[in-house]
Amino acid sequence: MTTDIPPFLSLAIWIPILGGLLVLATGPDTNARMARVAALLAAILGFAVTIPLYIHFDPNIAAIQPHLEENRIWIEHFNVNYHLGIDGISLWFVLLNSFITVIVVIAGWESIQTRVAQYMAAFLIMSGLMNGIFSALDGVLFYVFFEASLIPLYLIIGIWGGPNRVYAAFKFFLFTLAGSLLLLLALIYLHDKTGSFEILEWHKTVLPMGVQILMFFAFLVAFGVKVPMWPVHTWLPDAHVEAPTGGSVVLAAIALKLGAYGFVRFALPIVPNACQEFTWLVVGLSLVAVVYIGFVVLVQTDMKKLVAYSSVSHMGFVTLGFFLHNQLGIEGALVQMISHGFVSGAMFLCIGVLYDRVHSRQIADYGGVVNTMPKFAAFFMLFAMANAGLPATSGFVGEFTVILAAMQKSFLITFLAATTLILGAAYTLWMYKRVVFGAVGNEKVAGLTDINQREFFFLALLAVCVLAMGLYPFPFTDVMHASVNHLLEHVNGKMLLLPPL
Amino acid sequence: MNFDVSNLYSATAEIFVAIMVLAIMLATAFARSIARGLAYSFVQITLIVAAFITYFTLDAGNDFAFHNMFVHDQPGGILKMMVYLSMMVALIYGRGYLADRKLDRPEYYLLSLLSTLGMMVMITANHLLVLYIGLEMMSLSLYALVAFDRDAVRSTEAGMKYFVLGALASGLLLYGMSMIYGATGGSLELPAVKEAVLGAKNGNMTMVLLFGIVFLVAGISFKLGVAPFHMWVPDVYQGSPTAVTLILSSAPKLAAFALAMRLLVGALPDLAGQWQSMLLFVAAASIVLGNFAALAQHNIKRMLAYSGISHMGFMLLGLLSGGGTGYSSAMFYVIAYALMTLAAFGMVVLLSREGFEAENIGDFKGLNRRSPWFALLMLFVMFSMAGIPFFVGFFAKFSVLQAVIHAGHLWIAVLAVIMSLIGAFYYLRVVKFMYFDEPVNNTPLKASGELLVMLSLNGMAIALLGLMPGALLKWCAEAMKVAFTVSG
Repeated sequence: MTTDIPPFLSLAIWIPILGGLLVLATGPDTNARMARVAALLAAILGFAVTIPLYIHFDPNIAAIQPHLEENRIWIEHFNVNYHLGIDGISLWFVLLNSFITVIVVIAGWESIQTRVAQYMAAFLIMSGLMNGIFSALDGVLFYVFFEASLIPLYLIIGIWGGPNRVYAAFKFFLFTLAGSLLLLLALIYLHDKTGSFEILEWHKTVLPMGVQILMFFAFLVAFGVKVPMWPVHTWLPDAHVEAPTGGSVVLAAIALKLGAYGFVRFALPIVPNACQEFTWLVVGLSLVAVVYIGFVVLVQTDMKKLVAYSSVSHMGFVTLGFFLHNQLGIEGALVQMISHGFVSGAMFLCIGVLYDRVHSRQIADYGGVVNTMPKFAAFFMLFAMANAGLPATSGFVGEFTVILAAMQKSFLITFLAATTLILGAAYTLWMYKRVVFGAVGNEKVAGLTDINQREFFFLALLAVCVLAMGLYPFPFTDVMHASVNHLLEHVNGKMLLLPPL
Repeated sequence: MNFDVSNLYSATAEIFVAIMVLAIMLATAFARSIARGLAYSFVQITLIVAAFITYFTLDAGNDFAFHNMFVHDQPGGILKMMVYLSMMVALIYGRGYLADRKLDRPEYYLLSLLSTLGMMVMITANHLLVLYIGLEMMSLSLYALVAFDRDAVRSTEAGMKYFVLGALASGLLLYGMSMIYGATGGSLELPAVKEAVLGAKNGNMTMVLLFGIVFLVAGISFKLGVAPFHMWVPDVYQGSPTAVTLILSSAPKLAAFALAMRLLVGALPDLAGQWQSMLLFVAAASIVLGNFAALAQHNIKRMLAYSGISHMGFMLLGLLSGGGTGYSSAMFYVIAYALMTLAAFGMVVLLSREGFEAENIGDFKGLNRRSPWFALLMLFVMFSMAGIPFFVGFFAKFSVLQAVIHAGHLWIAVLAVIMSLIGAFYYLRVVKFMYFDEPVNNTPLKASGELLVMLSLNGMAIALLGLMPGALLKWCAEAMKVAFTVSG
């Protein structure tokens, strides 16, 4: 660990947080312009320091990249370390998160006019905390970032949200807190059993089946709420609908990934036997999310709610992929997570563009948008297609890989999972048709102006990502291969070590 | 009985404070015109000097003095310093509030200092009677402080309530001590009690001892303000002038913790099984009752009172888990709590103005609009109390939960986290009022310089200790280890 490489992970965490505090210091809205510029600079700098992570990443190393690792004692009394590191599984999430933060800052440039400094600061601080979650290798450090990230999002929903924002903010906070408190107990319990808070140390420990089952359910609740899995997904539509555009983007693109990431980092390698034992449960819940929520999406009349439910459905795919217990499944799920980060973020941004102009999210209030906003319609088309999983977009890669992986397991699972291709196309394109095509629906639509340069810029940026990932997913999967393979080998090896009951 | 001068060394801080109380009393009597400022500044100076004395006379080991009636050890030193700090902060916060209401009489500061002296004696007592004397000195001063606004009905009523119930609790405690005294063959010194309990564990004796412990636990529970002896807490907190509530909610909790530590951990470790099961009930009841009752409060002082009940219950969970981790986690918790509650009531004081008491949670509405900085500080306090990282409250909760799980009480830990989820709701509600709602009145907040600086420091301390709790934790753990030679 003694190399000349600067501590990029720490920088990726603390630059946005300190930047956020600086932005906060710009104070009242009379300095809004300064706050915006400072926030943009901090976000870009935060993203810039994550790029070397990719450059220095060695895809041949399966475990944690040793030259990027940082390990210091944090709280000696608790045996807690400030231990950061990334492997092929977490690398892209750090990059994705920092990238989305830049987009969010740009997207909130004009649409946020009150308490600008606080808005920007909240997003920057959250970005740093999320990077901390993805790179923490110490259980307590992970937990601290995991729970602290609730605070900014709670404030974002509550301050800049819609009419029912208070309800949504409380529901969001309390649901996730309920899950994470169980996680806290699980972490302390693991420490009591193993004498360490190191996640990697826990990976090596073989726990008796009884303990594994307890741990598994703690993980399932903690991460399941965050993913969110059916039936604890109900906070998500509320939070999405009420949150400001930026909040929805971060929520969909990053926050939902935390739960799924928890499954790969904690559940699968620490309690492999229990995961195997309860595969039916997770797969069952995932399929309910994919199929049932897929139908629920169809009947939505609110665009944001529609995309929110479709997120639940897509995340069902992710948990399904993880619990297929094979390389293809896990890689497919990871790709799906990244792709969903781009696509759902872009969808919410598109809805935000419309909302800024018409101040309505109801599908019925639109119609014929293409007549007045042709450029916007083109972008929206691309993202809608990606959301439906059309080949050559990023949405296709992940879904298709997971379906392939499911085929190795069971035809029934594959069949049910594949319905998403039909349902996804149905709900997305139907919404698209109602909003964009047809005759101009009303006066408001008739008076719409097309996207300006700023909007064009961030939509184009995301469009490039979506297409690039769909056409050439190699950079994404390449870094994962070794790590996922390592994970599976480790899981399979460890599963055999469990002494019979 | 011959007297050794070296005894005085261990008690320097106590003696100094006692002399200063008398000196300030005389000085204010003779210099009426400047009595207020004089009393205030001299009390603060006394506290600062006492802190230095305590710090520099603190040795690694345990010193006994005055024929074993007095112990000077690490945990005592830490707690005393925290008491001085809490008192200083509470007096700084309360000053403007009292001046607005013409309550800043020199007696106020004198009584505060006198109660500080009582707490110091409690913390350093190594003898049942000394412990009791300290407790009474603290309590009697506090009774008078609660009723300090003597023309207000609520204040006098609160004072009366506190006095009657407090006297009852002192009686219970004294009764318990008398049983311990009888059962252990006339031991009053805590180490002698410990020896006697260890020596005689036969039927009859244990029965009397057990009875004694019941009364001790009841007395301690009252002083800590935990269920089912919590009835006075919300009423007294609400009725007292907020400046007094500030004092009540912070330093005496530290002293009450010292009381529990001296009596239960210090003198009766061999009957831990007995008092642990009693405390388990008390702790669980407080956490449940405190959190649920706090949900229904509209008055911020009552809400903080109930939240305090649940916090003290949480602290007891650490204490009853035993072992080095348990005791030090309880100590860390009570210190963290003192910091948080000071800041919380400091905010209440800040919002109160001349002729206006900020009593309702609704008074926090739109604070972010009126003053983003104070709103941010209150946000720190609320999330810290809810046990969310990166604030000190999280690590307090974490250390207690760790001790509880280590002791094998998994279900209690589950109960505790469920209740802290419920607790999160009412802390979030305060944040909601501050950030999501529009202000009802737009009068700019006027904070005196000292209040602004102190509140900011207090809020920052909550955040910084949440980022770097290591040193304080280590200090608590080592102190407990040396003082009570506990392992683990």
